[in-house]
Amino acid sequence: MFVNRKAPYGTIYAWESLEVVLIAAAFEQDVSMAFLDDGVYQLKKGHNTKGIEVKAFEKTFGALEDYDVTKIYVDQESLSERGLTTDDLALPSRCSPVPILAS
Amino acid sequence: MLHIINKSPYDRPSFDSALKTGEGAILLIEDGVYAAAKGGAAETKLKAATGKFKFYALAVDLEARGIADRVIDGVTTIDYAGFVDLVAEYKTNQSWL
Repeated sequence: MFVNRKAPYGTIYAWESLEVVLIAAAFEQDVSMAFLDDGVYQLKKGHNTKGIEVKAFEKTFGALEDYDVTKIYVDQESLSERGLTTDDLALPSRCSPVPILAS
Repeated sequence: MLHIINKSPYDRPSFDSALKTGEGAILLIEDGVYAAAKGGAAETKLKAATGKFKFYALAVDLEARGIADRVIDGVTTIDYAGFVDLVAEYKTNQSWL
């Protein structure tokens, strides 16, 4: 399980994590991802990164299901603290309703 | 003084610390722009400080993070040229690390 706790773009952690996940999945490892703290921001819908000239996450996240990465867990408490709901998130379509880590 | 904040208020205390310094202006950039988004725990803190501080947020960083449509009322969004104008307008600047 890869634990994602960092916001996208401000640092390279989120991008590096996604790359490692895709590599592991390409080698047919049983991969799951957890998003908590600022990591939930990685899944926020509607990133438009034209102005900061870096690649956006949303499309690459969409590729996760092609690699059979469908076990994605999002912490409900982290979402609420940030004023987000699961409706605000862009998740691969084959991911089942988002399981919650903590109550 | 102009305070420039580039860290998420949910990850680092720089936003909170800047608010304690008194008055002036706070410019939110990079991950700092999360403080300008409606609905989160930081909204209450920001709103409570609007009497003391003017708040600005860099539009391109809001757009990149998908939160440009939920900026708290009272926060002015600016572009890079506006960033330069702000820095020139204030006699002193503090970039919080």
